Amino acid sequence: MSGPSTYQPQNKILQWLEKRLPIGGLVHSSFIAYPTPRNLNYWWTFGGILSFMLGVQIITGIVLAMHYTPQVTMAFNSVEGIMRDVNYGWLLRYVHANGAAMFFLAAYVHMFRGIYYGSYKEPREVLWILGVILYMLMMATGFMGYVLVWGQMSFWAATVITNLFSAIPGVGDAIVTWLWGGYAVGNPTLNRFYSLHYLLPFVIAGVVVLHVWALHVAGQNNPAGIEPQSDKDTVPFTPYATIKDGFFMAVFCILFAWFVFYIPNFLGHADNYIPANPAVTPAEIVPEWYYLPFYAILRSIPDKLMGVIALFASIGILAFLPWLDTSKVRSARYRPLFKQFFWLWVIACIGLGWLGSKPPEGIYVIVSRLFTFYYFAFFLIILPLLGIFEKTKPLPNSISESVLGAKA
Amino acid sequence: MTMQRAIFATVLAGSLLGLAAPACAQMEAQVPPPRQTWSFAGPFGKYDEAQLQRGFKIYREVCSSCHSMNLVSFRNLAEPGGPGFTESQIAQIAAEYKINTLDDQGNATQRPGQPADHFPPPFANELAAKAANGGTAPPDMSTLAKARTYQRGFPWFIFDMVTQYQEQGPDYIAAIVNGFRDPPPNGFQLPPGAHYNVYFPGHAIAMPPPLQAGQVKYDDGSPETIEQYSKDIAAFLMWAAEPHLVQRKRIGFQVIIFLIVLSGLLYFTKKKVWSAVH
Repeated sequence: MSGPSTYQPQNKILQWLEKRLPIGGLVHSSFIAYPTPRNLNYWWTFGGILSFMLGVQIITGIVLAMHYTPQVTMAFNSVEGIMRDVNYGWLLRYVHANGAAMFFLAAYVHMFRGIYYGSYKEPREVLWILGVILYMLMMATGFMGYVLVWGQMSFWAATVITNLFSAIPGVGDAIVTWLWGGYAVGNPTLNRFYSLHYLLPFVIAGVVVLHVWALHVAGQNNPAGIEPQSDKDTVPFTPYATIKDGFFMAVFCILFAWFVFYIPNFLGHADNYIPANPAVTPAEIVPEWYYLPFYAILRSIPDKLMGVIALFASIGILAFLPWLDTSKVRSARYRPLFKQFFWLWVIACIGLGWLGSKPPEGIYVIVSRLFTFYYFAFFLIILPLLGIFEKTKPLPNSISESVLGAKA
Repeated sequence: MTMQRAIFATVLAGSLLGLAAPACAQMEAQVPPPRQTWSFAGPFGKYDEAQLQRGFKIYREVCSSCHSMNLVSFRNLAEPGGPGFTESQIAQIAAEYKINTLDDQGNATQRPGQPADHFPPPFANELAAKAANGGTAPPDMSTLAKARTYQRGFPWFIFDMVTQYQEQGPDYIAAIVNGFRDPPPNGFQLPPGAHYNVYFPGHAIAMPPPLQAGQVKYDDGSPETIEQYSKDIAAFLMWAAEPHLVQRKRIGFQVIIFLIVLSGLLYFTKKKVWSAVH
């Protein structure tokens, strides 16, 4: 997608096709000839890992859907039927459930990397915003998938999360009834969550195409945070990026397999092996680990409406990052102060994640509030001011100089 | 620069302390069950057939009079990685159960069980189960070993990822069977109809002590003690909840070895490809 392709197929049939639909040229320019900065480190392999995980989730999900029954009295047992009676059903389900966790893990690494190296800055604002949209779609998809199991935690997570909308003044309760398709979480809720859980991954796949398109127009950022200036600064995508991505994807799969085969229920909640029961409230209602930081933000604010606003703002604020960060220098390598505030922010995010799994009382609430304050202060106070006051380090003249030293 | 670092280190230490303090304050309610040794723990774990057969005997003779196990079929007892009964043994076991069905005229009747049948529940429905058990329906045992756990807390849950400790459920079930104390400790107000159990959250459990020493006869010479019973029934319930565990761990080892070799090969290929640029 970087200018007209010079791709000339050897094969006669491919030549015939190429004249009518230049799809070979598209693939060639996007995934073979596409110039990638030569200094990309392994944090840049997570984009490929995310595409792979999306594929894994869609394929396992389609097969699981062949065996799943979205009906309140049968959903839980149909999942257990997959676990017990479907050939390798336990494998499909554990891959899908832990795959969601790995998908989020990879997305978080990808996002932290983007923030650390300033990948959202001009000319990559649209690329970044598409990423934020992908993240929101992932959250919605993951949440609805968790509900489909129809265990106790599924049911009560659905109840708590949909009830957030009741905080909207005036129309809140009407919206919640509309979301549920009734006056409580029930069969209509399960049916629509199933429908949307099947739809949204394909929406994600569509936005991924836009995300990759935007990436290939602007070109990749890199650890030095400066644009490539000559052919010396880049290497062709294939074989260089392909083999590097492939290697790290295999390493990532070791972690993935560890979870699937050895600790498949580690990230789940034991209560979700109890069938959903509207008459019994679990002792604690906790979301999946990847939502915990936002759950902690929600609960750290005493007012319900303000808490819900803070929850959505904490995600939505990411879309404004390209304009909140006023610094002209992209990479944290050359931003000594930003680097420290960034790592503090990472600690705040992980800390909020842990606090989200704790009951909202005593010291937990106080620490949650401190971290929530820092989470927002990072975006609204620190980033705008740093651009003005921070004394950045001198940037290298070119990417090849940053890799090979000044003599190159 | 050093000033900045000092500020950074102070803030970092402060936030870590903030995290550590609640971790200590959190020693609360539930008494952690003692860790047992399980044959099915760890990367090469396998169920012990003799233990599962003993556990099944306990389930059949004791637990099944109150607890259903709706998702498990008789045929499962003969499947690989399970208790290892033979086809003829399970046909015989199944035939001892009565399954509700309809005759040709549509009247309710009963027939002997077949290997394809699920274990029939002890009560007709949840209300009947409640009424017969003082207002609390005994939970279904199909997924019980995965539906029970206890809080490991920070930092243990992080180590569990590496050590593969996944047996919280069976540990808890074994502890419950062993955890009855009569009379309850001084000063504990036991609600009427409840029984004191050390490991049950809140200590007041509706289930009476289910097993007495010598109650279930073992023909393989294993001790007929409550402690031995507790381990055998917990292992059996783990199998009932996760019947493909042995296959899962076996395939897992193969997959991980494959991925390590693949990663190694890709690493050296990557090194060779990039050697021209570096």
